[in-house]
Amino acid sequence: MDLDFSDEQRLLKDSVDGLTNRRYADLKARAAMMQEPKGYNAAGWKELADQGLLAIPFAEADGGLGGGAVEMMIVGEAVGRNLTLEPYMATVVLAGGILRHAASPEMRASLVPDLVSGARTYAFAHQERQARFDLADVGVTAKSDGRGGYVLEGEKCVVLNGDSADKLIVSARVSGDRRARDGIGLFLVDGKAQGVSRRGYPTQDGQRAADVTIASVKVGVDAVIGTPGKAMDAIDRTVDEAIAFLAAEAVGAMNVMHDLTLDYVKTRKQFGVAIGSFQVVQHRLVDMFTHLEQSKSMATYAAMMAGEDDASERRKAMHAVKVQIGRSARHIGQDGVQLHGGIGMTQEYKSGHYFKRLTMIDLAFGNADHHLRELARKGGLINAAA
Amino acid sequence: MDLRFSPDENAFRAGVRKFFQTEIPLSIRSKLIEGRELTKQDIVTSHKTLHSQGWAVPNWPAEWGGCNWSPVQVYMFQEEMQLNGVPPPVGFNTSMHGPVLIQFGTPEQKMYHLPRIAACDDWWCQGFSEPGSGSDLASLKTTAVREGDNFVVNGQKIWTTLAQHADWMFLLVRTDPAAKKQLGISYLMLDMKTPGITIRPIITIDGGKEVNEVFFDNVKLPVANLVGELNRGWDCAKYLLGNERTGIARVGTSKMRVQRIKQLAKMVPCGDGSLMDDERFAEKVAAVEVELKALEMTQLRVVSEDAKSGRGGKPNPASSILKIKGSELQQATTELLMEVAGPLALPFADDNAELGHNAAGAEWANPLAPQYFNNRKVSIYGGTNEIQHNIIAKAVLGF
Repeated sequence: MDLDFSDEQRLLKDSVDGLTNRRYADLKARAAMMQEPKGYNAAGWKELADQGLLAIPFAEADGGLGGGAVEMMIVGEAVGRNLTLEPYMATVVLAGGILRHAASPEMRASLVPDLVSGARTYAFAHQERQARFDLADVGVTAKSDGRGGYVLEGEKCVVLNGDSADKLIVSARVSGDRRARDGIGLFLVDGKAQGVSRRGYPTQDGQRAADVTIASVKVGVDAVIGTPGKAMDAIDRTVDEAIAFLAAEAVGAMNVMHDLTLDYVKTRKQFGVAIGSFQVVQHRLVDMFTHLEQSKSMATYAAMMAGEDDASERRKAMHAVKVQIGRSARHIGQDGVQLHGGIGMTQEYKSGHYFKRLTMIDLAFGNADHHLRELARKGGLINAAA
Repeated sequence: MDLRFSPDENAFRAGVRKFFQTEIPLSIRSKLIEGRELTKQDIVTSHKTLHSQGWAVPNWPAEWGGCNWSPVQVYMFQEEMQLNGVPPPVGFNTSMHGPVLIQFGTPEQKMYHLPRIAACDDWWCQGFSEPGSGSDLASLKTTAVREGDNFVVNGQKIWTTLAQHADWMFLLVRTDPAAKKQLGISYLMLDMKTPGITIRPIITIDGGKEVNEVFFDNVKLPVANLVGELNRGWDCAKYLLGNERTGIARVGTSKMRVQRIKQLAKMVPCGDGSLMDDERFAEKVAAVEVELKALEMTQLRVVSEDAKSGRGGKPNPASSILKIKGSELQQATTELLMEVAGPLALPFADDNAELGHNAAGAEWANPLAPQYFNNRKVSIYGGTNEIQHNIIAKAVLGF
């Protein structure tokens, strides 16, 4: 048992932190990047690619670096600490996860190199309006054209970076009822394919997403990822990895919120003294610190469990992770704003942006209530008979 | 980064577990698991059984009987002890007074007392708190005045846990009334058979007789029983209070209780199924499990760092939250256990009454409300959780 980084991981951390801290040192620079056509800076994306960061989770045989969940945690923390805008989650974590867990070796060999070089971005078009947090709720249909290809029909919503992605990975139902686990397929669709229309918009936390209408979109046999109808395990596994990544991202953002707030209450003076001299303020900072440490622990647990092959154990672990992260993100976000007072309410100041990101992290891939219910239904973490 | 333990460590854990399950009588372990009160004999039996195996004082230096265990082994030993309902060695002996004596005692004091402390031939109790000195311990007023070769002690201690079992007391007294607060305090050892000592039980809200008031009326003890320097007793007290770190979270105890909650809740009918089928209840249990997992991981982070840096390194800031979160979870689990019993928790069953009697016919429910009442103490003793907040604010956040 060793919960420390290896020397190699420490080097990676230095390099990721150095890069993201430099590019996002200034809130105004970030605001300017948000205004660029894709909602992020293309040169920045290239820089992540050049440092090898897009290649981390892919197998060396596919052109990747063969990194694991700990390496991804290191990136996640830096992403959270700097509220980065590049489509790392969409392209590397989500689409990359689907490719790693569902695509054939031939397909990976043809797609992964362009992904890791930064030449092609991806989005995972899975969420639907009615689905809320049910990952198996897929209403978009895929009808066989009889020649190995499919015709896709339906709508996806809040597809992260879906407006600018070169390629979409679309989940669609080849058989079964709308919420059945069986019968879901995954299809590679060009962002500009005929029949695809995308309405992009900014999200509350400064990122970009799109609603995607898919009208009689024809895809060939070479666009089919994995076995049609059997995609659910790969989707679960990918989302579990996304939750582990989000946990690390949340820790990065919480850390900044905690530090900002601690600095603020030590310097802000009222009644002739720093407000941090008041015990009521100090105790709230201690509670924020406690949430932060518990979240760090759960992000570590997430990294340790993200690669677990036993799907039921892995899912339960991620339920627990998301409960802790969701609740702590709310607590630290809300108290961070509260302890800043009026300045915490302004667009101009940093803390509000962290608050918004932390809030959205809870709502992504199932909020704390959803995961608590799922964990309870599956019998919890501790075996009664032990 | 790797959560897995080595084969040697796993073998160590298995060996410890086997010993606990075969050598410590189930009749004793089941009391802790079910929330029933332990007798003095139960605790001494457990302590002496551990001692016979060389495991009563693993945290001590090897020359005094310690085990030289790694932080991982210490962690596993404690967790298995808690999971299996093994009464731990008397803490006043092994993790409070013993380490102080090793650090500050004279060779004579060590030679005589340490073996007896380790074997639990003497039971020690702690005389720190006073009626006017709780969180503000250094304001204590009990005095010791030098008369020839003796100190004469006058005053009162309170909340003295299990003083009724004790052969000896280690206590803080004021030896220089003129000095400011911490500076005039000394650390003494007192034979409880000395004339002038009166012990009065304080009945707690659970009906228990765990704590006492102890009065001193011209109690004489030899100056040879001074530990450390005169008027420097605060150093001993600080050392003692700073000693315990990871065990304080009691993750194993809370895990054991979650198992018990689930076992009982599956047995308790609710609607068409069992209480465990009730979504609201199941979610409350799951919420506790999530926090417990986070706390377990926090503890492992501390253990992992200790293992790397060697002991005595700078404490990981995360260790400061172990007491607060650990006590909250001990309270949450005892609260849920009581809720499992529901109305069956109501009948009051005196421990001296016929064993196993329950007005509602559910013996298992008897101890659950008292256990809940009793566990309110865990956020009060050893520095209240509010004091813990102050400590973290100062030591970690730099206020």
